[in-house]
Amino acid sequence: MADIIFIGLSLSSILLLIALGLSITYGAMGVINMAHGELVMIGAYTAVLAGIYLNMNLLLALPLAFATSAAVGLLIERVVIRRLYGRIIDTLLATWGVAILLQQAIRLEFGLTFFDIRIDGLGTGLQNVSVPGYLTQPFDLAGITIQPYRTFIIGVTVLLTLLTWVLFYRTRIGMQVRAIMRNPQMAAACGIDVRRVSALTFAYGSGLAGVAGVLLAGFKSVQPDMGASVVVDGFLVVVVGGVGSLLGTVFAAVLLGQVNGVFAVLMNDIVARAVVFGVVIALIMWRPQGLFSFKGR
Amino acid sequence: MSTSRRKFLKQSTAYGAAAALAPSLYANSTRAADDIQVGVLFSLTGGLSIVEQSLADATLMAIEEINASGGVMGKMIAPIVEDGASDPKTFNEKASKLVLRDRVPSVFGCYTSASRKAVLPVFERRNNLLFYPTYYEGFECSKNVVYTGAVPNQQLSNFIPWIMNTLGKKKFFIVGSNYIYPREMAKVSKILIEQGGGEWVADEYLELGHSEWGAMVNRIKESGCDVVLSNVVGDSVIAFYREFQNQGLTHDVLPICATVTSEIEIAAMGPEAAVGSYTSFPYFQAVDSDANRAFIERYRAFVGNPNAVTQHAMECSYFQVYLWKQAVEAAGGELTTEAIREGVKGQVFDAPNGKVTVDAQNLHTYLTPRIAQWGADGQGTIIEAYPEPLQPLPYVAYGETPENLFCTSAGLDTSKL
Repeated sequence: MADIIFIGLSLSSILLLIALGLSITYGAMGVINMAHGELVMIGAYTAVLAGIYLNMNLLLALPLAFATSAAVGLLIERVVIRRLYGRIIDTLLATWGVAILLQQAIRLEFGLTFFDIRIDGLGTGLQNVSVPGYLTQPFDLAGITIQPYRTFIIGVTVLLTLLTWVLFYRTRIGMQVRAIMRNPQMAAACGIDVRRVSALTFAYGSGLAGVAGVLLAGFKSVQPDMGASVVVDGFLVVVVGGVGSLLGTVFAAVLLGQVNGVFAVLMNDIVARAVVFGVVIALIMWRPQGLFSFKGR
Repeated sequence: MSTSRRKFLKQSTAYGAAAALAPSLYANSTRAADDIQVGVLFSLTGGLSIVEQSLADATLMAIEEINASGGVMGKMIAPIVEDGASDPKTFNEKASKLVLRDRVPSVFGCYTSASRKAVLPVFERRNNLLFYPTYYEGFECSKNVVYTGAVPNQQLSNFIPWIMNTLGKKKFFIVGSNYIYPREMAKVSKILIEQGGGEWVADEYLELGHSEWGAMVNRIKESGCDVVLSNVVGDSVIAFYREFQNQGLTHDVLPICATVTSEIEIAAMGPEAAVGSYTSFPYFQAVDSDANRAFIERYRAFVGNPNAVTQHAMECSYFQVYLWKQAVEAAGGELTTEAIREGVKGQVFDAPNGKVTVDAQNLHTYLTPRIAQWGADGQGTIIEAYPEPLQPLPYVAYGETPENLFCTSAGLDTSKL
């Protein structure tokens, strides 16, 4: 039983990790960021490249990936999204285009393949990141086998969730973000620099995606289109949890992860996937606004 | 890889220009009179391009070598490269284009069973010839396909008895990706396991591309099996081996014995996750022969990557061009499907993996089954090999034996199924 809960918890933490950034960009800013998966991918590639060129292990790559993805996110916000606030369908199309651009940039090694220059770690092939040895050796604790790498992911997720909560509910800038979520015009009238705060929020959400990418790279292969499958799961969690609600996102991630885990162990993964989608459909029919929601703009 | 992509771009632009200049119906007349055009059809874009690009490279390398040594009866081979884009429907369209518009006598191509099934009607209806280089599930008997990869009996009939007798493992957990190849492989495995007095405790499938293996590996752990037979395909392989390692399972106690895990997947997962596990293929990069070492060297020079790995389907892509050349020569240079088909029957070639022979009855290829154990350097050590090539039996799962062939030159005897 403890095994099943642990698998579910581990699935939940991965879902939450992806959804956390998305719940900020989508929930707080009303941007359907289709490039979120690609920001995850960029985080993973940062870990690959840091491993090859800087000899950094996975732990050291975490802050680096946060910074890289946040910088790319900031750039996307400045160049594309800034012009599209309030036009939710347009953000979907524009960021989808950005996603394709980012994928191709990695695949074509920033266009250098046309000049016969190769960069190790980029290109169409599969890449991998090695997990430090002390994170792969499972140990027994009170009769339960603990897998250190998955436990580590759960730990990082809890930490980032707490950090995000503190940032949003206990700091000045967090209050400004929440004010913008409710009513951007009113917030601007009160003297909040909406553009600057929005840009920083988007960069923070993107940085979280980068961290998710590094942790995913520990047990998945890294490839240019790895983001596409990830982003669907992220949106599922955010929509079920309720747009703009941090608590809802956490709750939805735990719920869907556990449902997936229990059915995967008791039946199989294919059935589990179907059950998860069934639960999502039922929840959305029952509460179209998501589990936790408030009246926003 | 990058050089060949550039070559491909140049070639396709050249043909594109040729096709644009001439009205498409007369595209044929633009070719030089002393060239033989052939089709090369693999995915150069999309998810499968990771593997299929290397198959296209190996094919083009063989063509270049043949041309450099004087061509086929004095004629140069001119490849027309088409991109299947990892999509069966595109494969079908491109195959039609090669067969109908370019009127090539033969096509080298396809990797997945899905793409082969998609192009099969084109080759059968238009009576053309496909050279197919991949190990596949068998259960096919087309007179318009020459199959140069392994069929289940060439991967499993040595592997399963070896696991039971040499490793002493009798309780199998069979796991695979959810489509026809792993399911047919499982079917053959079960027959062999039961023949050898072993048992299988589970037969489980995950969808193609699935990368969350926590629950499945947990189930493997709880099942009480002592060996895992993996028919997992694609990048799921990587997630599977890594999760196996992360849950503390080791290959010396509970080995993964795989039918699809090749040098490419090992390189992609990081070799440490696979150290000690086994794979059965007729060809490994580690095959210890001068012919193979020279082949690896030429391939690396051809693609411009000193670390490029070679694997089974790639080697078949290479030697099948030579088989085709010999078939055309045996046919006296006549480029009809009938003549090439008759010519290819019984052709023998010294491939990097050893001697290969095309079976005159079912157009499949005699190959030498081998088993390798993976090491920390990402290379296999060949620990078991057949003394000679083994007859291909595409219907072995349905009771086909060398004495009782289902698929002969007369076609498939459906009464035996």
